[in-house]
Amino acid sequence: MSRNPYVRTVSPTTWYMRNGRYIRYILREVSSLFIGLYMAGLAMSLMRLAQGPKAWDAYVDGLSSPVALVFHALAFVFATYHAMSWFNVTPKAMRIRRGDDYVPGPLIVRAHYILWGVVSLVILVFVGVL
Amino acid sequence: MAKSNKPIVWGLFAAGGTISAFCVPALILAHGLLVPLGVFGENALSYERAKAVIGFFPVTLVVLAVVILTLWHAAHRIRITMHDFGIRNDQIVAILCYGSATVFSMAALMGATAI
Amino acid sequence: MSERTIELEILRYNPDTDEAPWKQTFTVPCQEEWVVLDAINYVKDHLDSSLSYRWSCHMAVCGSCGMMINGEPMLSCKAFIRDYGRKIRVEPLSHFPIERDLVVVLDDVMEKLPRVKPYIIRDEEKPVEEGEYKQTPTELYEFKQYSMCINCLLCYAACPQYGLNEEFIGPAVLALAHRYNKDSRDEGRDQREEITAAHEGVWECSFVGACSEVCPKAVDPAAAIQQMKIASTMDWYLDRLPAGLGTRIKTTLMPRRTAK
Repeated sequence: MSRNPYVRTVSPTTWYMRNGRYIRYILREVSSLFIGLYMAGLAMSLMRLAQGPKAWDAYVDGLSSPVALVFHALAFVFATYHAMSWFNVTPKAMRIRRGDDYVPGPLIVRAHYILWGVVSLVILVFVGVL
Repeated sequence: MAKSNKPIVWGLFAAGGTISAFCVPALILAHGLLVPLGVFGENALSYERAKAVIGFFPVTLVVLAVVILTLWHAAHRIRITMHDFGIRNDQIVAILCYGSATVFSMAALMGATAI
Repeated sequence: MSERTIELEILRYNPDTDEAPWKQTFTVPCQEEWVVLDAINYVKDHLDSSLSYRWSCHMAVCGSCGMMINGEPMLSCKAFIRDYGRKIRVEPLSHFPIERDLVVVLDDVMEKLPRVKPYIIRDEEKPVEEGEYKQTPTELYEFKQYSMCINCLLCYAACPQYGLNEEFIGPAVLALAHRYNKDSRDEGRDQREEITAAHEGVWECSFVGACSEVCPKAVDPAAAIQQMKIASTMDWYLDRLPAGLGTRIKTTLMPRRTAK
């Protein structure tokens, strides 16, 4: 009997459509496009701020344009998804020793969510109220 | 097989991923949505206020850390994502991604130091 | 005991006669408490004795009956018929060449396994007279989870990066390397990093996490790989510190690290 193994190929461009797990993964990865674009915009806004009131006001006005609002709404959803997917797997990367055992994973995740809430509140207060 | 030099970019990716997870959703919500929708009032992002707050040295440092690390996080993940979408010119993709992150990091630095 | 009849669709491939795999559906009368492996055994015993597949223990220990069940990598001895509908689709494990029917070619992983040196490495072996290497329960707990792997390779069938790039060392083998890195008796991390810290080692992983989700023994290879990424990153920077500072930090903080 001769060997004649059959090799099945995986499509390098559409493999992530195979199941829900991969789709959730690719959405997490795509969040980087929105976060990256948003951050590039934020970096440029620092330039605008340095260029003086006129440049800055034009930038702030631009934030109210429909395109900017739609983009920021999408970016917000993806950034939140990124944050949740990041915090949910923190116990995998960090194992914290407490006595003979490890701190339970759900506790680490919950701690991250609480800290996330606090940081978010601080940012909202900073931007909005100060 | 030789040891990879990925740790350089991966360290930044991991740090940026953590800091952006904590900060970016609220940042977008605040300055990309609530401010333009008028929730924080008319003068929420007035020039004087923004200059005073962001120009305050400790705040400048935090803002720069968030912006630069997040840029590197996104750059690295976009590189991986392009690979996942079947684009196999990894060298070019890497140069474009990390190059853009460098350019925008420089812009943030120049802007922040000139405020 | 109640009975339930299922349509079992099996991907067949005969290397001597077939150009490509093809689907064959069998009608199988099952007992309520049967697993998919029982249904396949029924086909072999009563319907088509030419069907090829691997199995041994029927109790999720031997790791040989892994296959795709409705597209999901599973041990067929752990997949209960009652959890599925009337139709169940069975294929050989994804990402591996098909040898015949449900039997896949495992050569690639078997070749990778010894490359990460999955055994205890010492700088110097202690003479036998000096006794055994002792280990506290806490030290055992540090790596026990990663030693539970039964090499069923469901994680390889779940890992898209392995499917896209066969050079990737892959989840189970990396988890096993981590198991020895975390062993208090071992001093071989630097040697293993030659493989695990290479491009084709942990850095080919993009943390999809599928490996851990399908693992029938809760080994959690994804966690092992992320911890190795962090460790390799620290090692990379330590190796580049001037004046032997990195080696000094290594030997102080991580005494059982070899400099060799």
